[in-house]
Amino acid sequence: MPLWWPLLLSSLLFAIGVYGVLVRRNAVLVLMGVELMLNAVNLNLVAFDAYFRDVLHGGQTFALFVIVIAAAEIGLGLAIVLLVFRTHGQIDVDTMRELADREEPAVAER
Amino acid sequence: MTVVEVLFLLLGLVAAGSALLVVTTRTMVHAALWLVVTLGAVAGIFLLLAAEFVAWVQILIYVGAVVVLLLFALMLTKAPTGPQPDLDARRALPAVAVAGLVLAVLGTTVVAGFHGVELDLDGAVVGSAQTTGATIFQQWVLPFEVLSVLLLAALVGAIVLSRGTGRRGGE
Repeated sequence: MPLWWPLLLSSLLFAIGVYGVLVRRNAVLVLMGVELMLNAVNLNLVAFDAYFRDVLHGGQTFALFVIVIAAAEIGLGLAIVLLVFRTHGQIDVDTMRELADREEPAVAER
Repeated sequence: MTVVEVLFLLLGLVAAGSALLVVTTRTMVHAALWLVVTLGAVAGIFLLLAAEFVAWVQILIYVGAVVVLLLFALMLTKAPTGPQPDLDARRALPAVAVAGLVLAVLGTTVVAGFHGVELDLDGAVVGSAQTTGATIFQQWVLPFEVLSVLLLAALVGAIVLSRGTGRRGGE
């Protein structure tokens, strides 16, 4: 198998994830895009592990570590999403503008 | 064309197609279910690339835990089950442009950089549980322990965030 096949598939998945993060308005769907990007990175790591025949298996081990970090990220991210839903009543990322830089403090104290 | 190559092409097509459906479908629950198909296909590719343990961990953690978490989040945020016309941003063209640019840059880089390089999978050391475990607990044990602290921090953070604001004592 040519090495660039898995690498190109990984690039494709990463680009699809980027598109999902940019275009989706629901925060949970944005997190799905992030998961796609992390999976693309894993595919790259595993492909290069197989290519280099790494005796330390650095690629596969790092892929495992990335999976663990993705699990931690999705747990925290969904906790934040649920908190936003509790305070705002919706999770549309386009309407969350409390942290935007403004001339005068337009948002009232909560 | 060998069996491995055919299988890789099929799984790659499934992964790319279902990933496209994840980011384009109008029904939120379907997006989570298509994500299962994508992650499963990528797990199959991991198996083809001699990363057996990573593939099973992918199935266990991603398909088993992460997608279930996502589905629970969709339910807890009262996501409508029917098709939604306004799931995407109004102007999708910049997103398409940026994603296309990312794909063009990354794709040309890997194809130009590794064109003609052959990935030889015959006789590769399969990353079984034994191999991976021995590697992690011999060479990578310090990052492993650091990751356990990270997971603990994420656990505590998620609990603190989801406890809510109203019931905190003393405030």
